[in-house]
Amino acid sequence: MKMRLFSPRNVRLLRRGPRDVLGSSCGGPCSPSPPLTSPSVPPVALCRALSSLTASRRGLPQKKMSENGISRPKVLTLDTMNPTVKMVEYAVRGPIVQRAVELEKELSEGIEKPFTEVIKANIGDAQAMGQQPITFFRQVLALCSYPELLNLDNTFPEDAKNRARLILQSCGGSSLGAYSPSQGIDYVRQDVANYIERRDGGVPCDPDNIYLTTGASDGITTILKLLVCGQGIDRTGVMISIPQYPLYSAALAELGAVQINYFLNEDNCWSMDIQELQRAVNEARQHCHPRALCIINPGNPTGQVQSRDCIEDVIRFAAKERLFLMADEVYQDNVYAEGCKFHSFKKVLFEMGPEYSETVELASFHSTSKCYMGECGFRGGYMEVINMDDDVKSQLTKLVSVRLCSPVPGQALMDLVVNPPQPGEPSYNCFIKERTATLSALAEKAKLTEKILNTVPGIRCNPVQGAMYSFPCITIPDKAIKEALEKGQQPDMFYCMTMLEETGICLVPGSGFGQKRINEGFVVMTILPPIDKLTILLNKVKEFHQRFTKQYS
Amino acid sequence: MSVLQEISPSVRSIKPLQSTPIALRAEQIREELKQGVKKPFREVIDVAWGDAQGAGIKPLTFVRQVLAACLYPQLLDSNRLPTDVKQKARGLLSECHGGSMGSYTDLPGIPQVAREISEYIARRDGGDPPKTGNIFISPGSQWALQNILNLLVHGHGEVRSGVLTPIPCHVTTIESLHSLGGVSVPYYLSEEHGWELQMEELNRALEYAKQVCAPVALYVVNPGNPPGHVQSKKSIQDVIRFALEKRLFLLVDEVYQDCVYADNVEFVSYKKVLAEMGPPFSDTVELASFHSASKGFLGEAGLRGGYVELVNMDPDVIKYACTIFSKDTAPTPGQIALSVLANPPRLGDPSYPLYEMETQQMQTMIKANVRRVHEVLDSLPGISCQPVEGGAFAFPRVDLPPKALQKAKEMGMEPDTFYCLRLLEESGAFITPGCEYGQKEGTYHIRYTLLNDIMLMEVCAINHILINCRHF
Repeated sequence: MKMRLFSPRNVRLLRRGPRDVLGSSCGGPCSPSPPLTSPSVPPVALCRALSSLTASRRGLPQKKMSENGISRPKVLTLDTMNPTVKMVEYAVRGPIVQRAVELEKELSEGIEKPFTEVIKANIGDAQAMGQQPITFFRQVLALCSYPELLNLDNTFPEDAKNRARLILQSCGGSSLGAYSPSQGIDYVRQDVANYIERRDGGVPCDPDNIYLTTGASDGITTILKLLVCGQGIDRTGVMISIPQYPLYSAALAELGAVQINYFLNEDNCWSMDIQELQRAVNEARQHCHPRALCIINPGNPTGQVQSRDCIEDVIRFAAKERLFLMADEVYQDNVYAEGCKFHSFKKVLFEMGPEYSETVELASFHSTSKCYMGECGFRGGYMEVINMDDDVKSQLTKLVSVRLCSPVPGQALMDLVVNPPQPGEPSYNCFIKERTATLSALAEKAKLTEKILNTVPGIRCNPVQGAMYSFPCITIPDKAIKEALEKGQQPDMFYCMTMLEETGICLVPGSGFGQKRINEGFVVMTILPPIDKLTILLNKVKEFHQRFTKQYS
Repeated sequence: MSVLQEISPSVRSIKPLQSTPIALRAEQIREELKQGVKKPFREVIDVAWGDAQGAGIKPLTFVRQVLAACLYPQLLDSNRLPTDVKQKARGLLSECHGGSMGSYTDLPGIPQVAREISEYIARRDGGDPPKTGNIFISPGSQWALQNILNLLVHGHGEVRSGVLTPIPCHVTTIESLHSLGGVSVPYYLSEEHGWELQMEELNRALEYAKQVCAPVALYVVNPGNPPGHVQSKKSIQDVIRFALEKRLFLLVDEVYQDCVYADNVEFVSYKKVLAEMGPPFSDTVELASFHSASKGFLGEAGLRGGYVELVNMDPDVIKYACTIFSKDTAPTPGQIALSVLANPPRLGDPSYPLYEMETQQMQTMIKANVRRVHEVLDSLPGISCQPVEGGAFAFPRVDLPPKALQKAKEMGMEPDTFYCLRLLEESGAFITPGCEYGQKEGTYHIRYTLLNDIMLMEVCAINHILINCRHF
């Protein structure tokens, strides 16, 4: 288990890009130095020879004796593996989650624990927490899967049947089992475009700019893949918020891009601050080529909902610094706080006039996994690209074709999300009832979480304006910090691990989200469990914190 | 000026499909037919892709019943579905978090599906079921392949990693490799010997590879795509020996393992042969074997379900494989298709008779198509087709007259692309050209799918003659 003990700044320096990484394993002589051997050896082969020389000098690869005595090291070892993969950590499913899975297994094997179930409060997985799916969505999907059900009377409402027929007509061979075009089913992309136009008050949306993706994360990594190029000081840098959602750091590490951290302002409800953006980009220009700015709105894990003014500022900043904007807007329906409203980047961009709306490049992401749907298992999503160069767009289309197509049931579900039942249709009332129930329960749970956590001395929690998580700040006693560091753990990781072992509650330490301070830690906790369960959960967290503080004071 | 003027060179290096102009024209012709434009045919016959359901083949009832029941569990209370369907659906749902298909799944996938795959592998190969920790379920086998390539390939810097890839070969893998910055080094399959994989050629390719990159892996497609060759046990043993000796990681695409049609030919998995060879092979040679719900009798390509089984992989590296695979868990509908692939209805189950009938029908249809391919093509001058033993495609060679070559050159097209376009214009048949898959210089091929229930062979054959007479 590898723990990170670096400050964000160190991490940033360590992630100077693949050239440096390769450089270190290659040794100095690989750099533009004159050929050392006869000119007939191609430069690649030369470099390879040198690199293996360096590897063996380090005593690697490790030899393993097989039964007949011949030494046969494996082809693929940590030393020969793609070095960028080693930089990838994915905190959402990191060591703490692995331990949670182990504990679940131990419980099922009858091993005694101080708790009876493991509660994974670390991830935005609504239906795992008991949220019910929208009936209409599941009815249409079942009908599409097994169209013989269309012939049944009374089991399914007429509008569900009609929608299933429309979706099936738009599929190859009238089946969910056929490949779709790589960019997604035309009919679904058209519906997505109509949805965006309605959402943004008539700002036009071209279905050619819509790509259906395997969840939003696929869209985000695809755009990053497209963006990342250059070597050394020209290596692409991508600005991400701290605290961040670890998908971004994982994808950037994997691509060997430079991660540029900008800090959200905890004192102002985790808002974005243009001066901080400016600081981050100025510093980054010393060692990389900043080309993109990622924003999560509403925020994950911090739950802030950006004001219209703030979005305008960000757009102006992107235009001035020539940055490609990536707006992760998967929580667009999850806004709870009074006075807060979701504004899409696209809408604001187009309201700022042609100087911006015709130049600033933007990709916006949405998915079927969050909001009131919570259908994570289907891996449905879309992205809209705006002002993207035509040549680049054709490169993007080519890149997505390597994945063949996104899951067709997820595409069908995306269609239902952007085009739900309308007033007057048989399923409308039920749909509205279910949707409202889920969203108002979430709003209530957001308030409840903030309220209970703020009653605990040593825990401080900002209002959860949106999304699905609280991100409270935890004061960790000095003795606990000392013990954590002795164990080689981040203090908040130690805190979460102890909580997991004692209570069965699985939270993610904020250090995995980039947030690190000396004597304070943060934890990510979802607000998704049903209210009664959430109340119990919060009280357990409260008791644990008091016990922990007492034990280490 | 665009921010994105400069983009990733790896992405730029992905080649556009050679068949794109043909696909675009096919789409136009469809539109023209809709608008009533007169053509010598009534519809475009799409036999370009190995997409069974796209070509109109019905999905297996059992798969779709289980899927519907999982999607809308209220169906479990009705008497509309057979009891074994309900039982399977209940089992699967009970292992999804929150009892719902709408939740994320942990690695390697829904636990029941992983167990079923492990048992399926044991039934196929003998021996103990592999640990589910060596299996990763993904949104299609290509996704799994990309993840493994990502572990293997150093895509940046001075020394790029190389993978030996067959020619001809379907494009997706090679383009995945390019998108990661890897180098594909071709080895040619021997058409004269029924598209056999020959060891001298592998040796030649490897020697060449060493000049241009750092070869790390060998990619094999068995049964083949596009040529429907099925490797013999002996050939697989040779490849395994080669991999051990030359220190190459084996990437084995076995997605057509259920699609073998020729008499006296059977599919043997690399894993099985590897185990039978004993040490040092069985405990050393690193192997990744890919399978999918998209092909075979399921043909559930749209659901996106595939898996990889890893053999002899360094446990330290597996940890990183976990990280990479955990970022993109497989969609639950695709996992359910895999569950049926690995554990279909058995004799005595209520759904068995229908399942058996549907799979038999498909088998019969494909076998008939294969027979027709050979009957028709073998009688034609200018076309020759090696025995189609398995897979989903026929890949005949076409001799094009000099005039055709001349004409193609004038139009700035590959000769077989030109041929496919003419065939489309005159017969409505949409097939893909050999240049898309790679071929020996001076030879031309066409690929079309066997997964189609129409008398396409005849259409192709007649038109081939017509085109030759009329134009050249």
